[in-house]
Amino acid sequence: MKTLMTGNEAIARGAYEAGVLVASSYPGTPSTEIMENFSKYEDIYAEWAPNEKVAAEVAIGASIRGVRSFASMKHVGVNVAADSFMSYAYHGSNGGFVLITADEPNMFSSQNEQDNRLYAKHAKVALIEPSNSQECIDYMKYAYEISEKYDTTVLFRVTTRICHSKTVVELGKRTVPEVKQFEKNPKKYIMVPAHSRGRHPQIEINLEELRKYSNNCPLNRVEMGDTSVGIICNGISYEYAKEVMGNKASYLKIGFSNPLPDEMIKDFSKKVDKLYVIEENEPFMETQIKSWGINCTGKEIFPICGEFSPNLIREKLLGIEPEISYSTDLQAPSRPPVLCAGCPHRGLYQELKRYKNKAFFSGDIGCYGLGYLQPLEALDSIICMGASITAAQGFQRGNEMTGDTKYKAFALIGDSTFFHSGITGLVNMTYNNTPVTTIILDNSITAMTGHQENPSTGVTASGEITTKIDIEKLCLACGIKDKNIVTIDPYDLLATKNALKMGYDSKESFVIIAKRECALLKPIIKEREKMKCEVDPEKCTFCKLCLRTGCPALQIKGDKVFIDESQCNGCTVCLQVCSFDAIEKVGE
Amino acid sequence: MTKNILLVGVGGQGTILTSKIMSKGLLDAGYDVKMAEIHGMSQRGGSVTTQIRYGNKVYSPVIEKGTADIIVSFERSEALRWIEYLKKDGILILNEHQIQPFTVTLDLSEYPGNLIEEYKKMVVNFKSYDAFQIAKSIGNSKVMSIILLGSLIKYTGLNDIDWKKVIEESVPENFIDLNIEAFTKGYEVI
Repeated sequence: MKTLMTGNEAIARGAYEAGVLVASSYPGTPSTEIMENFSKYEDIYAEWAPNEKVAAEVAIGASIRGVRSFASMKHVGVNVAADSFMSYAYHGSNGGFVLITADEPNMFSSQNEQDNRLYAKHAKVALIEPSNSQECIDYMKYAYEISEKYDTTVLFRVTTRICHSKTVVELGKRTVPEVKQFEKNPKKYIMVPAHSRGRHPQIEINLEELRKYSNNCPLNRVEMGDTSVGIICNGISYEYAKEVMGNKASYLKIGFSNPLPDEMIKDFSKKVDKLYVIEENEPFMETQIKSWGINCTGKEIFPICGEFSPNLIREKLLGIEPEISYSTDLQAPSRPPVLCAGCPHRGLYQELKRYKNKAFFSGDIGCYGLGYLQPLEALDSIICMGASITAAQGFQRGNEMTGDTKYKAFALIGDSTFFHSGITGLVNMTYNNTPVTTIILDNSITAMTGHQENPSTGVTASGEITTKIDIEKLCLACGIKDKNIVTIDPYDLLATKNALKMGYDSKESFVIIAKRECALLKPIIKEREKMKCEVDPEKCTFCKLCLRTGCPALQIKGDKVFIDESQCNGCTVCLQVCSFDAIEKVGE
Repeated sequence: MTKNILLVGVGGQGTILTSKIMSKGLLDAGYDVKMAEIHGMSQRGGSVTTQIRYGNKVYSPVIEKGTADIIVSFERSEALRWIEYLKKDGILILNEHQIQPFTVTLDLSEYPGNLIEEYKKMVVNFKSYDAFQIAKSIGNSKVMSIILLGSLIKYTGLNDIDWKKVIEESVPENFIDLNIEAFTKGYEVI
């Protein structure tokens, strides 16, 4: 049956058809829908883990047990999982193990555009790169055969354009291979120095075997056309190059890229007049090809930064610029992403911004990261998952060591991020007795990536009701004193204001839990469907104070504010802010 | 010959549902189809785009500048951001409905006033109406995207495909009639 699938749906399908039994993941754009889709299949185990390292290790455990498994994550998630990934590379595999990395050229929703192909070289494992959804299905099946036959982890690398583009696929049947038995084998599974010294030479032998495979596998293929131009390309760059050059060039399409098919590349280079290497981000292939003494053009003309497009390839390869027929001096208004109407984070930021001139706000990854934007502007740093609490501690210690205490350090972290890698930071905070106030913005869901369950939701990836981890008790267990934990509803501005004052004045580690479910959760939308706020135009003085909350439901008509009822959920933050009682609550 | 359709709008307006229905119809009719969209951060009230390409054999899922056969702008100003993608004699279908970003309400950015006139001057094949008002008139502002789908389909000339059947298979059962009414309105309004 032919159907349309995104790359992420197709990866999930490929894993299912390949007989994967266990999979674990932490959400992150552009990888999230891999697990969302995989968890819908039957006769599999799928879970959301609190972070990528946990996800990788759960999948590794299943691989040791002898079943096929995967862990999926965004590119920066591999940094979190790197410890287990690098170590398990020495073990090899028992059941096939695939680590899926979704890289993000152009950083649509990421803090960097690191090229994770380099991880495959670093860890000395096989690397596979599909170009479209059909290849996502087919190559996942190859990945498990390779992992088991060559005793290696397979790093399966996709990029945003592969993950989120829909292309036509043909579905196959699921085949679960005979499950391998687990046999006790300390030299393979216990990576103490004596065993690691034995494993490393074996990994080098495996790599040589993989190199031979790379030169003879269906994932690397030559498509001969006009021989005046030869193009070596991978992933989405293959589709772009074909779009632009068609049969006016010859192609060596690389789907298996570590180790590279050196003999194929040498052979191909002799058959074409001018050789180009087209790959997004790092010159991963190009550097190796040049080191073999092969003359080729790559990053001299194709950028390292950002993503490619057919436009870019046409311009760089043929010098042809697009034909623009329409242009105008008028500009569309700037439309950055914004906290939704009714977002519980808004109430917190509304009060927090009062401390802007006397506090340092150490932020984290999540919707609340948007708090750095106008008009809230109450965030001063975002580094990576879980860094808010730890960086705030370092900042506060810096204050003390310099004697300059102008900015008291606050940390802001969401529930999912707290479980991901915030807990160890909080333990360090109390262990080292640092007077930082940590605000946990608990909306009980992983919101920014589109509502994935987490330990505070009380529901698993497959929809089963489970233990809900109590964040307040967790903070107590981390050593925060009972009197230094305050839980508030961020829709209540007065309570929020009072809690922040306590946090600011505290000389000890302090935690504020701002607890209110995400406004976009389906049951919450239903529950609040009829709750609205309305502006009384008679009373509105157009002072614009309510607009300073940054709520997108607040709009202007003439010289009055009005509330877009299709967006409003009656959170009343604007009502509480208004000094003229011009906003009232309507509906139940 | 590959056809290029560009849907642009604001996160939450339903560009993804529209493209889903359209590409399903195209696939059933035997076309090769590719569709590009970006999820994640930009969805939170930000500017969004979905791109559909169809033909005998399609390679790139993304559309090049100056090659879009039709642009459907789900919001009055969003077409400005993408107008360079419209090919010569291409069609611009505009929903006149306006969504003010907070940058405008806070005077950080300007919402151009004479937009419709400007589009009319610039693009020969310009069609516009307020799909939001039509959606409200048939009882549900959420079917705005299906009204726009109706207009889009009219100008693609893809009349051999049974779109009503495709819609039936794509939306919840109790919303089928409403969506078909919306599609028909959109088809007939321009």
